[in-house]
Amino acid sequence: MKYALLIYSQLNADEYGAVLDATRQADDDDGPWVQYTRAARDAGVLVAAEQLTHDDTATSLRHQGGDRMITDGPFMETKEHLLGFYLFDVDDLDTALDWAKRMPTHPGQTIEVRAALAGLPWQRALAD
Amino acid sequence: MAAGPGGLAGTTRLERAFREEWGAVVATLARRLGDLQAAEDAAAEAFAAASVTWARDGVPPNPGGWLTVTAWRKAVDAHRAAGPRSTSVDPQVLGSVTADARTAPDIAETDMTETLGDDRLGLIFACCHPALAEDVRVALTLRFVAGLTTREIAAAFVVPEATLAQRLVRAKRKIRESGIRFTVPAPERLAERLQSVRAVVYLVFNEGFASSSGSSLIRGDMCDEAIWLGRLLHRLMPGDAETAGLLALMLLHESRRAARLAADGRPIPLAEQDRSAWNSALIAEGTAVLDEALVLRSPGTYQLQAAIAALHAAAGSFEATDWPQIALLYRALARVDPSPVVEVNRAVAVGMADGPLAGLAVLAPVLASGALAEYGPLHAAHGFLLEKAGDSERARGAWMRATETLDNAAVRDELLRRYVEPRTENPGRGVENGGSAP
Repeated sequence: MKYALLIYSQLNADEYGAVLDATRQADDDDGPWVQYTRAARDAGVLVAAEQLTHDDTATSLRHQGGDRMITDGPFMETKEHLLGFYLFDVDDLDTALDWAKRMPTHPGQTIEVRAALAGLPWQRALAD
Repeated sequence: MAAGPGGLAGTTRLERAFREEWGAVVATLARRLGDLQAAEDAAAEAFAAASVTWARDGVPPNPGGWLTVTAWRKAVDAHRAAGPRSTSVDPQVLGSVTADARTAPDIAETDMTETLGDDRLGLIFACCHPALAEDVRVALTLRFVAGLTTREIAAAFVVPEATLAQRLVRAKRKIRESGIRFTVPAPERLAERLQSVRAVVYLVFNEGFASSSGSSLIRGDMCDEAIWLGRLLHRLMPGDAETAGLLALMLLHESRRAARLAADGRPIPLAEQDRSAWNSALIAEGTAVLDEALVLRSPGTYQLQAAIAALHAAAGSFEATDWPQIALLYRALARVDPSPVVEVNRAVAVGMADGPLAGLAVLAPVLASGALAEYGPLHAAHGFLLEKAGDSERARGAWMRATETLDNAAVRDELLRRYVEPRTENPGRGVENGGSAP
């Protein structure tokens, strides 16, 4: 089963920018996130992973009465922001939760674990 | 709702056997299908078929096997009728189900009954999975492990039946879609998951023992269900000391049930209970189960609490109780599982062992911290110790505070009657822990 581990953070845009700057400068080849990602890859369970820009740079497309309105900003202003995800292919929720527990932590970080659906018609297009 | 066997009130042996069979069928099917809803539906159909076939042809030699295999075939039929795409069950699983039923219908029966113990455990672990909310775990366990109906569970927890049914539907969907498995967890996860299972069973017991929502102090039916679950769990995991400790604790509390309430429903303090009304068979069983647990040398909170309950059970009177030993056990409990509630109980034990001033000294930091300001038993214990120390005036204030904070109406009324409204003539008797299982 595929599971998305969605990483939510309470960092605002400035704080997130500072964290990113520090990360780039350190250029650490053996930091906790590097170790974590390597471990997941070596276990053969990692499907994908991405880190996102802060949601204050998001652009949203809203459907309203047949129109598609482009708006500046995220879908919803919230205190917690989705900043990245790992996609794992593991046997069950317990294993997915184990990977969530192993993830490096930041204060105020929440990992939401969501199973992906399988066998839907549109997914056949991925295999074409 | 599916075949909802068993009346809650005055469950008969036959009803219990029927429910046990139902639970076994659901467990076996759930594990193989990975889907509680499909298992429940198939079990309902199998029981409906049994009521027709058995009445006509007589009860088969192995009723459990008959029901399981019939339910299994119903599940396969349901899968075929619905078509491969519409099913809620993992197509891979059902593929093997269909092949299994087609090629080896006779193997299925022995196969299934052999794994029954694991199936039941797997179902319990799924129902008590920490990814489910606590009240949902309780409802799932009572419905699918103990075999109560949705109506019975809703009545016990004082929620509308439709609300409870909705919660169960969502929970079944979450188990299926999120990949919660009906298996015994891997060794590295077992301890944590077992803790969640025990907590659910003890929650059910406490709901019956000291209802916070109902008006009557003891709703014994929930105690019966919890003890039944505790016995099942202990039978399935005989080597787990804390599981045995939990069963022992429940049996020892339950042994006092008949003595805890007066005929008019008033709670009777431990000090004044008619000890000859305590159930000696339950005490003997609880003590024996506790001894089994202690031999395993893996101590924990349930065993410590059971040991305290066993000392009460063994005492000829309140005064003759081995209070120093109880105080020591509370100290050990505070080390394993520190909480101000434990300190309150320890204060009473110390007060009995070493005098009220020593007890008040234990209570002082709890009172000062304010952490339990709204916890009735704290003030009841305070009143008890002050009274014992001869400070009736301050004791009366503490009793007053206790009546303001207790949410169990029966206990509150009794405190008011004894200590607040008239001047007390019989000091030194606390209402047992304000009604909660210590």
